[in-house]
Amino acid sequence: MAEVTLTIDGRQVTVPAGTTVLDAARSAGIFIPTLCHDPELTPWGGCRLCVVEIEGMRNLPASCVTTATNGMVVHTASPAVVEARKTIIELLLANHPEDCLTCGRNGDCRLQDYAYLYGVREAGFVGERHHYPLEEDNPFIIRDLNKCILCGKCVRACAEIQGKNVVDFAYRGFNTKITPAMDTSLSGSDCVFCGNCVAVCPVGALQEKGLRAAARTWEVKKVRTTCPYCGTGCTFDLNVKDGRVVGVTSCDGEVNGRALCVKGRFGYGFIHHPDRLTKPLIKRSGVFEEASWEEAINLVAEKLGSIKKEYGSAALGVLSSARCTNEENYLMSKFTRVVLGTNNIDHCARL
Amino acid sequence: MTNPIGDIGGADFILAIGTNTTESHPVIGLQVKKAVRNGATLVVVDPRRTEVAGLAHHHLQLKSGTDIALLNGLANVIISEGLVNKEFVDTRTEGFEALKEAVAKYTPEYVAEITGISPGVIREVARGYATAKNATILYTMGLTQHICGTDNVLAVANLAMLCGHIGKPNSGVNPLRGQNNVQGACDMGALPNVLTGYQSVTLEDVRSRFAAAWGVSELPAKPGLTVGEMIEAAARGEIKGMYIMGENPVLSDPDADHVIHALEKLDFLVVQDIFMTETARLADVVLPAASFAEKDGTFTNTERRVQRVRKAIEPLGEAKPDWQIICLVATAMGYPMQYGSPAEIMEEIARLTPSYGGISYQRLESRSLVWPCPAPDHPGTPILHVGKFARGLGKFHPVEYVPPAELPDEEYPLILNTGRRHFHYHTGTMTLRTGALEEYYGREHLEINPADARSLGIADGDRVRVVSRRGQVEVTARVVDTVPPGVVFTSFHFPEVAINKLTNTARDPVARIPELKVCAVRVEKIA
Repeated sequence: MAEVTLTIDGRQVTVPAGTTVLDAARSAGIFIPTLCHDPELTPWGGCRLCVVEIEGMRNLPASCVTTATNGMVVHTASPAVVEARKTIIELLLANHPEDCLTCGRNGDCRLQDYAYLYGVREAGFVGERHHYPLEEDNPFIIRDLNKCILCGKCVRACAEIQGKNVVDFAYRGFNTKITPAMDTSLSGSDCVFCGNCVAVCPVGALQEKGLRAAARTWEVKKVRTTCPYCGTGCTFDLNVKDGRVVGVTSCDGEVNGRALCVKGRFGYGFIHHPDRLTKPLIKRSGVFEEASWEEAINLVAEKLGSIKKEYGSAALGVLSSARCTNEENYLMSKFTRVVLGTNNIDHCARL
Repeated sequence: MTNPIGDIGGADFILAIGTNTTESHPVIGLQVKKAVRNGATLVVVDPRRTEVAGLAHHHLQLKSGTDIALLNGLANVIISEGLVNKEFVDTRTEGFEALKEAVAKYTPEYVAEITGISPGVIREVARGYATAKNATILYTMGLTQHICGTDNVLAVANLAMLCGHIGKPNSGVNPLRGQNNVQGACDMGALPNVLTGYQSVTLEDVRSRFAAAWGVSELPAKPGLTVGEMIEAAARGEIKGMYIMGENPVLSDPDADHVIHALEKLDFLVVQDIFMTETARLADVVLPAASFAEKDGTFTNTERRVQRVRKAIEPLGEAKPDWQIICLVATAMGYPMQYGSPAEIMEEIARLTPSYGGISYQRLESRSLVWPCPAPDHPGTPILHVGKFARGLGKFHPVEYVPPAELPDEEYPLILNTGRRHFHYHTGTMTLRTGALEEYYGREHLEINPADARSLGIADGDRVRVVSRRGQVEVTARVVDTVPPGVVFTSFHFPEVAINKLTNTARDPVARIPELKVCAVRVEKIA
C-alpha cells in the first residue's frame, strides 16, 4: 500500500495513504482532543476541537477529516490552535448548564476534561441558554438536551452501529437539537434502548438511568465479564460499588465491540433483586423452611443415594443448565455419571 | 456456527431461516444490518413479518413447517439451472446423485403449492444464493423446533454444500444459539449420549479414559434420557428422583401441565437456582445458587468462542456458586470432589477434551479462544470445514417434506407459533426482575391477524382465551398484520401467559426437539 510521510510537531510520521491527520498524529502518540470523532463512526468534522495548523493552509482544518499528504507540516499545539480550541470550549460552555457538581458524568466527561486541560474556567460569552425539560420517561436512559453539544455521535451510532436511525438533528441554528422523528421522546419512537448512543456520548446528555443514580463515576470498580443472556457472547464491564453491581458499561468486546442490547446493558437488576434465594430451603409438610447448608446437602445426598440403592441409577435424572458455566456443566456431567451412575443428563438446548 | 459472527457482516447474500435475529440476537442482528448496508441481499424465511423480515429484499412468508419443501425447491432450481458449484461437489462431497433424484420432484411450482411462496421468488432466491460470492445461512429455532427439525438442518447443509458456501470466510451454516452457554453445556457433555467434546458414551475407549481420569472402575455405557423423555419417565414413575440446576422446565417445556404432574410424582426433587422458579416451587429441597456476577468461569458462545466470566461481587446471602454446590453433594454421597477454583476444573476439562485441549485461564486472560483448540500453542479455529469436513467428504442427505404433527382442524382452526421478545429472555426468571425491562414491557399479548380477529369478533386489546388440546391461557389480543391469517403468536416469557401449557410434545425422532413452533389452537373472546 502506498505511504505518505508528513511532519507533525517536528516529527516525521509515515502512514498509509488515505490516513487522516488525526490518525497519523495518534499513531505517533501525539495527542489531539476530539469530541465528535469516533474511530468506529463516519468522520464528522463537526465539533472543530481537533483543529490543527497546517503550513500553507489558510484556516485551521479539522484533523479528523483532513487527509495526510506527503510533505505536509502539521502543528497540533501552536498558539493559534490552542486559542481556537479554548474559544470552541468557551462557546460550548456558553450554552451548557455547567452543573458538574451534580452531573452523573462528572469525572467521565470529555468537555470537562478539555476545559480542565485548556484552563477554561467559564463560558466567556453571555447569551441565550436552552432550558429543555429532562427526558426520563423510560426506565433505561435519561436524556438531558441542555448538556448536549451536538457532536452527533448518538446519531451516527444509531445509524451505523445499531442500524435503527431513531434520532437525528432537527431544527436550525441555535434551536438545533437531537430528536427522534416528530420531536417525540425515545419511548415514543422506535428506539430499542440498546444504549449504544449512551456508550458514545462524550458528555452528560445521555446517561444510564440506574447506574448514574447509584454511583459517581470514580466510585465504581469495573469487572470485565460475559453477558448472561443470549448466545452471542457480548462482553461488558460490570460496574461495582460497595459490593453491589450498580450498572453495565461497554468495553471493547471481541464479539460486540461497544455494542450491547437492552438486556445486556440494562437487564442487570435481577442480581440484587429481593426475590434472590439466599438460604437453602427444605419443604416440610408442603411449606419451605430455611435450613443450614449441611442439613440441606445431607438430605439431598441421602435421598438421591437411597433412590439409587432402591431403584437403581436409571431412576435418577439430572437437568444441567445452559445458563451455568462450562466448569459447572462439566462437574454436573461428572457427578451424574460417576456418583449417580447414569447418563440421564440433559439441559434445555432444544428449547 | 461454522463461521464467526463477524463474518455475517461481510456476506454478500444472507439466507435467514426461522430467526427473529434483531429481537432474539440483537447484536448479531447488527451484523445482518451491516451486511445489508454494504449491499448484501437479505432473504428472510419466516411465517411472521419480524423486524429483520422488514429489512429483507425477499420475505418468504411460508406456511408454518414447510421449510423442507422450500429448501428442496431451492436445491431443485440450483441443480436444474446448472448453478451447482461443480468443483466443490466433485472434490468435497458425496451422495450428489441421490440428492438430485430426491429434489427432482420439488419443482418451484410444486413447492409453491406447499409453501405458498411463488415459483418466481423461489427461482430468484435460489439463483441469488448460488451465484453470490459468499452466502451465509442463519437459522434458529424457527427451523429446528419441528418434528422434522433434524431434516430441516440437513436440507440447509445440502444447500450450502451444493453451492460450496462452506469452509470459507463470510459463508457457512450458522445456527444462532439462544442461551449464553447452551453451546458450552453441550460441549461439556451435559447431554445423555456424550461426554465432553461430543465423545460418545457408547465407545469403550472413551469411557475407560474418563473412568481412569475420574478414579472409578467404569462409567454407564447406555445413553441416557433427554429432558422430554425424563419428564415422561417421571410421569410413568420410572424416574424417582431429579436434580435440576438452573432450568425451569415448567415454563420452558411443551405441555406444561404434564411437566408439573410428572415432577409432582417424583419421590425427591432438588432444584438449584437463583430464584424460586415455577419449577423450584415443586422441589423438596431448594439450593441457593450464585449468579453469573458472583463467580468465575467460562461461557462458550454460539460461534464456539470460549470467554471468561469473572467474579465481581460476593455471592448474596448464603448462596454458593453451582460448582461448589455440586462438589458438596458429590462429597456427601461418598465421592470426594474438590477444586480450588474453576481454573483447576478447566485444566481437567482440557486434559479430557481434545477440542478444548489448548484452552486455559492463563490464555483466556488476554483473549478468547474458539474451539477446536487442541494444543496450548493452537490459535483456535474460527472457521470450520476448511479444506475438509470432519467426516472427510461432506455427505448429502436427501430429505422429504413432512407436514407438522398437529395441523388446524374445525375445532382448533389456528396455528400457534411461539418465540421470544426483544425485552425479555426465556422464562422471564431474570428479565421480569430487573426493575427496568419489565417496567417497559410488562405484559404479554397474543398477535392475531386482522382477518382472524374480525371473524372471531376480537378487537385490539380484548382479553382472549387460547385453547389447545392440552391446555389454555388467557391473554390480551393485539391485532396486527405481522402474523399471517391463520397464525397466532406469543412468547413463553411470562408465567401468567404460560403458553407452553398449550404446545405439542411431538418430537423430532433424532434430536428429540419438541415441535414448539406449530400446534393447533382456537381463540375465544372472553365476554
